[in-house]
Order: sequence, then C-alpha cells, then structure tokens
Amino acid sequence: MAKTLYDKLWEDHLVHQENDGTALIYIDRHLVHEVTSPQAFEGLKLAGRKVWRTSSIVATADHNTPTQGWERGIEGIADETSRLQISTLDANIREVGALAYFPFRDPRQGIVHVIGPEQGVTLPGMTVVCGDSHTSTHGAFACLAHGIGTSEVEHVLATQCLLQKKSKAMRVQVDGVLGRGVSAKDIALALIGKIGTAGGIGYAVEFAGSVIRALSMEGRMTLCNMAIEAGARAGMIAVDDTTIDYLKGRPFAPKASQWERAVAAWRNLKSDEGAYFDAVVVLNAAEFGPQVTWGTSPEMVTGIDGFVPAPEDFADPGKAEGVARALQYMGLTPRTPISQIKIDKVFIGSCTNSRIEDLRAAASVARGRHIAANVKLALVVPGSGLVKRQAEAEGLDKIFIAAGFEWREPGCSMCLAMNDDKLEPGERCASTSNRNFEGRQGNGGRSHLVSPQMAAAAAIAGHFADVRALF
Amino acid sequence: MRKFTQLEGLVAPLDRANVDTDAIIPKQFLKSIKRSGFGQNLFDEWRYMDHGEPGQDASLRLPNPDFVLNQPRYRGAAILLTRDNFGCGSSREHAPWALEDYGFRALVGTSFADIFYNNCFKNGLLPVMLAKSEVEEMFAQADQFPGYKLRINLENQTVTRPDGKTLSFEVDAFRKFCLLNGFDDIGLTLRHAEKIREFEAMRRIEQPWLFAA
Ligand code: SF4
Repeated sequence: MAKTLYDKLWEDHLVHQENDGTALIYIDRHLVHEVTSPQAFEGLKLAGRKVWRTSSIVATADHNTPTQGWERGIEGIADETSRLQISTLDANIREVGALAYFPFRDPRQGIVHVIGPEQGVTLPGMTVVCGDSHTSTHGAFACLAHGIGTSEVEHVLATQCLLQKKSKAMRVQVDGVLGRGVSAKDIALALIGKIGTAGGIGYAVEFAGSVIRALSMEGRMTLCNMAIEAGARAGMIAVDDTTIDYLKGRPFAPKASQWERAVAAWRNLKSDEGAYFDAVVVLNAAEFGPQVTWGTSPEMVTGIDGFVPAPEDFADPGKAEGVARALQYMGLTPRTPISQIKIDKVFIGSCTNSRIEDLRAAASVARGRHIAANVKLALVVPGSGLVKRQAEAEGLDKIFIAAGFEWREPGCSMCLAMNDDKLEPGERCASTSNRNFEGRQGNGGRSHLVSPQMAAAAAIAGHFADVRALF
Repeated sequence: MRKFTQLEGLVAPLDRANVDTDAIIPKQFLKSIKRSGFGQNLFDEWRYMDHGEPGQDASLRLPNPDFVLNQPRYRGAAILLTRDNFGCGSSREHAPWALEDYGFRALVGTSFADIFYNNCFKNGLLPVMLAKSEVEEMFAQADQFPGYKLRINLENQTVTRPDGKTLSFEVDAFRKFCLLNGFDDIGLTLRHAEKIREFEAMRRIEQPWLFAA
C-alpha cells in the first residue's frame, strides 16, 4: 500500500504496540535545554534509574542565557534563578554525559532548534524530541520531530522510547511561486490564518508542493517550526537534494564511509504516489503577500495591505469576544490599516527566524538605511554562535549596526523574555518569533509576528510597511 | 502518580478559547527547578492586578476581582470548564503542575492542545473532551446555578450533570488504565526493556549513522 512519509517514519520506530493502538516509539535524538529538563533529571535520580543511551543526547542552554555581557561569564547573569537553571543543566550533563553539549558561551552554543540541524545531529529518518514545542522545526529534514513535556523527557531518558498514538495525516500543499518579499514565515502565517491555531490538532502535517520544493532548508525549518502554532503535533518535509546538500560535511553527519549508504536510505523518505491523507489543505502562493499578526494568537493575522478587523466581522459570538479582548490588549482600533500601526521595538531572532538566511534577508532591507526615530530598540539575535560568526564574516553585523540595530549574542532572547530582553507594558514589537500571546515577550507587551524582511522594513519605517516597496 | 477514579467537583468556567500555557503559567515561574508550588501563580497575569515574580508572598498581592477563580462562588473548584484549544503553545509541563497544585483534578472542554493533553495524563489530571453543544450548555448552567458540580467517572467514561443527564467521553484505553491505577508509565515501559534493546541493536546494524558517538 502507498505510504505517507509519516507512515514510514512511524513504522520505522515502532517497538511495541498495545491493543488500543498506544505505541512505544524509539527515539533517536533527544535534545535537552535548561528549562524543561531539571525536574526530569531529578525524577530519574529519585527513582534510581539510569539514562538509557547518553549518546542520543545533545544539550545546550538557550532560554535563559543573556545576549550581552558574556565576558562576565555565568557570574554576569544577575538573575539568580536563571543562573541556577544553567548551572543545574551543567551539573546534570556532566553527570550523565551526552553526544554533544554546547554550554553557555561555547562558540557553538545557540537555540537548540538552530544548532541541531547546523551540527548535523538532526538527520533524516530520525525521531527527534525535546522538552520544547518548537521541536517540530526538525521535521524539515524528514524527521518525526515534536515537543514533549518534562515527564516525557524523563521517560525518554529512562527508556529511549515515548508512548504515543499515531496521529492522522494532513498534507499542506503550497502551489505556485512565492513573490519577492514573501517568505516561509508568510506561508506559515497564511496557513494558520486559514486553518486556525486548532486546525492541525490531531494531525502530523506534511508540507508539499512546488513552493516547498523551492524553499531552502532555512525556509523549510521556519515553516515546520510554526506547524505547532497550527496545532499539529509535527510538521515534515520529504528529503530531496536540498536536504542532502545541506547536511553534507556537517560535524555529526555520517562520515564518508557511511554517507552513500545513508543518502540511499534517505531518498526513500517521501510519501508514495497515491498515499492517503486524512486531510488536504491547498494554498496558492499567488494568494498571499507579507503577513502581519494583529492579535494575541497567530491565527489573528492579515496581509500588510489589510486592516485591523472589528469584532462584529466574526459571526461566532465566542470568536467576536476573543477578537474584542485581543484588540483591547493590543491597543488597536478596528479598521486601522496595518501599515499605520506604529512600533516601539523590533526583534529579529528566535528558532523561527534567526538563521543565516533570515539575517541576510533582514540585512538586505536594512542596508544603507536607518531605523526610525520612534523605534527605541531594534535587536538582532543570531540563532547560534556559528550563525553569528558567519554573519560577521559576511559583514551583516556592520550593516545592522550602521542602521541602528543592536547586534547580540545568540539565544532565545526576546522570543520569550526569560532573560533581560523584554518588552515593557504597552510596548509594541515587530517580532520574527512565533508567538504573540499576551505577555509572551514581556508582561503587557504587544507582539506582531512578521518575517525578518518585514521586521527590518518596520524598523526603518517606524510602523509596519510593505517590504516590497523597499526593493 | 495520583490515581483518578471518580470525582465530584465544583466547576469553574473559564470562558475563553485558545488559552495558552504562557497564560496558564507565565515564563518567570519556569525558572524553578522543582515540580511543586506553581498553584499560587496559576493564570498569574489574569488573576492578580500586580505583576508576579517567583518567591512573592501571594497573600500580599492584589487579586483581580473580575477573574473567575477569584470569585467566591468558585472557591475550591476541582473542575475547570474550558473552550477550544486549551493549553496551546509552549510544551511546559508547569501548566498541568500549576493546575494540579491549585486543586484542579479534571478539565472539561471541546479540545485540548496535543502536548498539553499528554502532559495532563502524566500528572493525574483528567482532560475530558465533549461536544461543543454539551460544553456550551455546561457554561450556561455553571453561570446560572451557584455551586454547579459535575460527577466524573473514569471507569465508565461518563460525566453526570446535577440535573442527572449523563454524557460519555472518549479516552485511550492505555491512558485510562494508567490513570485508574496511578501507574508510572516509565515502569510500564521498562517491562519491554528486552524488546527495546533488540530493536536498538537491529537499528544500529541497519542505520549505523544514527548512532554516532
Ligand atoms: S526561540 Fe523561542 S520558541 Fe524557540 S525555543 Fe527559544 S523560546 Fe522557544
């Protein structure tokens, strides 16, 4: 029978199945960070259990780490609880071991979902888990990758397996050709606008179609990263030459002796012709331009040429009430053109959009221009130390600094504001991250999700602006 | 893990869709390396007028009188009535820890986000999914009748309303079994240790590049 990519990944990891379909799935790669792991390591210790396979673990500190003042070391982190989490991860990894550990200030440290692919520890055909919902990012490499809770982190540490039930399969087909100034981020936001943040619940999503084939690995990661915002358990994309070219020569990619064999196996990681999907969603690239969210959920989104809606535009009374509440929180008036919304801060970073291609895209807009006077802070936070150095080698840092942006050390930063980078109450931010929830980027802060190019355009204009007019 | 068999509990209605885990437990409380003590910061930004930080004395803070959990009639609620896509967003298990620590033992709603749903079962918290019309009726009733309680029976997979109407719900047999018995699923999985080892050994031969060390 014709199989989906998801079927193939599922079957290849199935260790055992209960009568009700609950399955034990083998886990190849376990990514670990400082926020969701301490309780798991502690639980393991209390139960007197050992780590099943330490060579499956890749660890880094990213959520709490500061983006400046690294020369002061861990002592330079003022927040005692942040310091404790980072040092607890250190102690735990030192005790149990790992395939690779990139501690705070390591030149290769960075956001866990950026360094996995960058190091080649994320490989096609793997199951990849992490105590972090954006683990879906790794699905760009035809992995079955998803976030897990801390109890499941402990479960994977102890058993190398996860208890799961198979999801349904959804195919999201994106046809046509992306216009200039329209990126993977816009596909993700347009999709969520269409199916809603609950639209993917119960599904593993495969992205396909001409637009997806044409995307770089960076773009594919951006898209799979946001699959979770559509409610899907996982997002994934079939292997092709783009995947293989990206992986070749990465530090943990298969060595020469195994490379050909691995590639041959990877070539099969695609859905068979005629495979059955429980749901199919089709998007046409001609139908959407650059997107901007206006509310407190990623589904509250429209095009840059759109307007802030009014609650009465929504027939469902529950929806209308949610919109009214969101507009109040966001301090927005119905019918305001999106391009007239002024911003206070700009954040370019996060596991959605902090890779080299994202920084290049933003820099191409910032080049030779300057941020507007009303923009108090425009941050560029590379996804990893290696991205940062690559960007510096290309001179992107100089472009940003000349344009008035701040160039910082890697980490999650203002994506979730667990370190010092945050919005103050009422501040409005153009952000390349993935969540615009209330308080996400700082208590009372107002986040608008956009692509890196659109964030740069907003920084220059001082309000949202169509990047296509800047080329 | 605490068992869940039956529960008769007061219902608190949280009338919002897409309640995310950042709202359930804001990020500043994630810095704890413990599993307990999150209850006092459940829904922190909605529940208090002032901004919360870890280590504060909750009794000195200013509660938001409009927030549902602060209304005297819902004090001691053990069941949270919710709407679509509850628990979306971050995978933080601190969300069910906070709900459980506050005193909730079950959630009743139309849909739950995937990771959150999993996390609930690991913590003795039962998420019950019902049809939209049924949840809608419960919201109306909970609002109308102070002291509105539901009876939940996991064995029979039923929810019984005060007016006697009984609704059934779905739950995976395996999850139900674990919850009814309070089983720690790591222990259950380790019964298959031999099978896992064999699987792993085969995999190492067939796809050795997955096992770089
Ligand atoms: S960058 Fe943001 S979304 Fe990504 S892992 Fe860090 S906190 Fe989570």
